[in-house]
Amino acid sequence: MKKINTPLVENEIKKLSAGQEVALSGIIYTARDQAHKRLIQALTTGKSLSFDLKGAVIYYCGPTQRPKGKIIGACGPTTSRRMDEFTPALLKAGLKGMIGKGGRSKEIRTAIKRFKAVYFLAPAGCGALLSKYVKKARPYAFAELGPEAIYKLKVKEFPLIVGIDYKGRSVINEPF
Amino acid sequence: MIRTISAQKITGTVADLCLKANLVLRPDMLLLLEAAHSRESNKKAKKALEMIIRNARIAKREKLAICQDTGMPVVFLELGNGVRIKGDLKKAINKGVEKGYKKGYLRSSIVADALSRGKAGYTPAVIHTDIVRGDKLKIAFLVKGFGCENKSALRMFNPTVEPGQIKRFIVEAVKKAGADACPPYVVGVGIGGTADYACLLAKKALLRRIYAKRSTLNAKLESSLLREINKLNIGPMGLGGRATCLAVKILTYPTHIAGLPVAVNLNCHALRSAVATI
Repeated sequence: MKKINTPLVENEIKKLSAGQEVALSGIIYTARDQAHKRLIQALTTGKSLSFDLKGAVIYYCGPTQRPKGKIIGACGPTTSRRMDEFTPALLKAGLKGMIGKGGRSKEIRTAIKRFKAVYFLAPAGCGALLSKYVKKARPYAFAELGPEAIYKLKVKEFPLIVGIDYKGRSVINEPF
Repeated sequence: MIRTISAQKITGTVADLCLKANLVLRPDMLLLLEAAHSRESNKKAKKALEMIIRNARIAKREKLAICQDTGMPVVFLELGNGVRIKGDLKKAINKGVEKGYKKGYLRSSIVADALSRGKAGYTPAVIHTDIVRGDKLKIAFLVKGFGCENKSALRMFNPTVEPGQIKRFIVEAVKKAGADACPPYVVGVGIGGTADYACLLAKKALLRRIYAKRSTLNAKLESSLLREINKLNIGPMGLGGRATCLAVKILTYPTHIAGLPVAVNLNCHALRSAVATI
């Protein structure tokens, strides 16, 4: 299985093709619906973002509470499509990788190609299993959003599949 | 004879059901997944199914939530007419949800106002109550994740519709969900009643044990839909293969001469429910 690290650089992204299995290590940031809304508000009002988007990877995830003695609770991917409306602006600002589940709109496939980024699929509905690949986790921004806050995660060999590669090719046969 | 059940008893039972449903995958679901895994020939899909099964084992062993989306709690009550509840029934149920979800470190996913959103908590649950004969209270607890709930569909058909059109609508609902809602799915279908009642039936269908007996007519339609849906080649994570759907469950009800409501309620491969009778 191909091993890759964050932050993602274009050279490495170009070696990935749709359907390929990869093991991702490094820092990823969770962000789902409300966090995306806030990130976009910050971008449009020119406020500084809570983290550097250049080469960053966002994980569409809202984990359960951390059980005692564990690093994180169940932490599988949420439906990516809900984030489609926010994604092009983030890609424009330097975001390079996204992790989620399910398909993306045609517009996103085009934007991924344009900005030479990559979209990964995480094993959907496998939150307990995925928690084993998280080595560190802490709330990072918008803590008041609870499970929807941005968490900074350090992951080791997080098991993924390239969902959409930098050429805009999708492993999922999109009906739309 | 009137039998008294205390609110505390209900709270305790609901708390236990929350934990059981969220941490331990239904045995019938595990059997279906194992069967799907053993017959899958698409290598990537097979590996994805293997991870789903491993996930369920880890969750059970380590008391972790099967999925981080610990759902909107949906509670179905069958309340015997010989039962007197000492205390407030709805409060008792919601208190049980609070207790169970806190104990299991489950996720607070419920916002108090659908429009203004705000901080998420555990409750309220959606509660459906049927009054039945007897002196018992049966509580069925369904953990409904919203990845799949968002893909629900309702269509009010004409009474003269051909059965083929109904089938096409159901298959299309799954096709539209695609890989977004965690296939392989269990597809709940409600046919008849009114618009709201068909939706309720579709959800209730998910509670049925997969191998439970049903009418020959429904069984025939279920297996024909299962075959059709599995031709879609969506598969686990959208990677293709034979397992797009694990089971179709249909519930029907009489309806009006002018209509034929059909509702689809999809569930992900982590169909989580638990039942107790007090």
